[in-house]
Amino acid sequence: MRVYLDNGTTTQVAKEVVDAMLPYFTEKFGHPIFPYSLGLEAAEAVERSQRAIAETINAKPEEVIFTSGATQANDMAIRGVAYANRHRGRHIITTKVENPSVLRVCERLEKEGFRVDYLPVDGEGFVDIAELEKRLTEETILVSVANVNDEIGTIQPVDEIGEILRGRKEKIYFHVNAAAGYGRVRIDVRKIGADLLSLSAHKVHGPKGVGALFITENTPIEPVSYGYISMFKLKPGTENVPGIVGFGRAAELMAENFDRDIFNMRRLRDRLMAGLEEIPHTVINGPRGEKRSPANVSCSFKGVEGESMMLHLDLNGISVATGSACSTTKLEPSHVLTAIGVKAAVAHGTIRFTLSRYSTEEEIDYTLSVVPRVVEQLRRISPVKPEQL
Amino acid sequence: MTVEYTERGMLKYSEKLLERFRNPKNIGEMENPTVVAEEGDPQCGDMFRMFLKIENNRIVDAKFLSFGCAANIATGDVTVDLIKGKTVAEAEKLQIKEIAEALGGLPAIKMHCAVLSYKTLKKALAEYHKSSTVSQG
Repeated sequence: MRVYLDNGTTTQVAKEVVDAMLPYFTEKFGHPIFPYSLGLEAAEAVERSQRAIAETINAKPEEVIFTSGATQANDMAIRGVAYANRHRGRHIITTKVENPSVLRVCERLEKEGFRVDYLPVDGEGFVDIAELEKRLTEETILVSVANVNDEIGTIQPVDEIGEILRGRKEKIYFHVNAAAGYGRVRIDVRKIGADLLSLSAHKVHGPKGVGALFITENTPIEPVSYGYISMFKLKPGTENVPGIVGFGRAAELMAENFDRDIFNMRRLRDRLMAGLEEIPHTVINGPRGEKRSPANVSCSFKGVEGESMMLHLDLNGISVATGSACSTTKLEPSHVLTAIGVKAAVAHGTIRFTLSRYSTEEEIDYTLSVVPRVVEQLRRISPVKPEQL
Repeated sequence: MTVEYTERGMLKYSEKLLERFRNPKNIGEMENPTVVAEEGDPQCGDMFRMFLKIENNRIVDAKFLSFGCAANIATGDVTVDLIKGKTVAEAEKLQIKEIAEALGGLPAIKMHCAVLSYKTLKKALAEYHKSSTVSQG
């Protein structure tokens, strides 16, 4: 049996999405930059996708611009707002558990003279709101927090953060990286009070290489790349029209299936979590219930190393992700697990299972028949006993 | 910038290495070993325990336990193969390079696995010299 449980990394493209994209490679291949018929056709397709995506986050279509993915959207948002507002202040606040596409950009800005605070989180990964309030200064120009943590599924109180920021005398721009949250939690940019929000298509059964940045009209921002401007001033260069069409279709499907998808994933998540917890010396990372992404199960198996576990599951047809350092060059365990206080030796044995619209009960039951056997097998050959950790 | 931020994606294991990982021949506990040595740290995500049975200065049996990634398991397994049946003096000549070569090469970021199994072996052999000196003295 083949079981794909790494939907937090990327998802299978929906058949409907592929069908929608295909004509834009061979027949409707025009460039939106010129108003001849092929160009207009392409521009209209891009606008249709803008509308579809805007609708899923309660934004206006013109507030959505297309990028090469959430990584680029995060970079454009954070550096763009930082550069455009540096005359007002050079202080940025984010958290210790953000995606590298936020953290690396912030580190870069630090080298350019900005001051960045990385907020701590509690044992379940929730950002410390009191600490956020304490660190806000007149110099603060931007706060960036993901609405859902991509590793452990914590749903952050972004509405609350937005409210705090709105209550300040000086305008503090609020950026939300919603790559891991899109399609997993309802997103309303007005309710959040977000000025910028990043999205990715391939996490919601859309194609890779396309994302979007929501940005309100009155947010001062500088472009971070330059060139021919076709449809978006902030994002010069040729639009990935087939990708954008696919993203639009994926957003429509997401909206149509939202309630059913969430219900299904949550049910499967809890079934998987309960089954995994029966394995001795096993820890679930992150919160439970409503405050956890319905698609995420993060589990540490003590005495087991994650990469070996991942590859053994692969031998059994199951694809999962690991938080093990052995899959990175840095040989440090995941920064998220470290931030929630998981000991390094335990973090190395962490596996992330992530669900999608297409996940089934049979897949979960099969996974639960394989995982205990693999854990057993790896513990037998391990010099580290789970009781010692 | 590229090296520092290359985190995944560059990890290509050789077929030889994967085969060792899937079917290691020398992994497990050993009863009554002559020496046992441990290297690494679970905090760093990899650790070896090596058991050697030595008779008349010859390694007649060897086994290992591993807490680590696929490369860790494979390097441990191949290291044991490379020294089994050899004299202690011969085993001491083993080089890190030979371990990696026996696996059809190691990804650069996994060279530390070969280093770790090498260090575990060195420690075990040092342990053997120490104990045999004591018993002779």
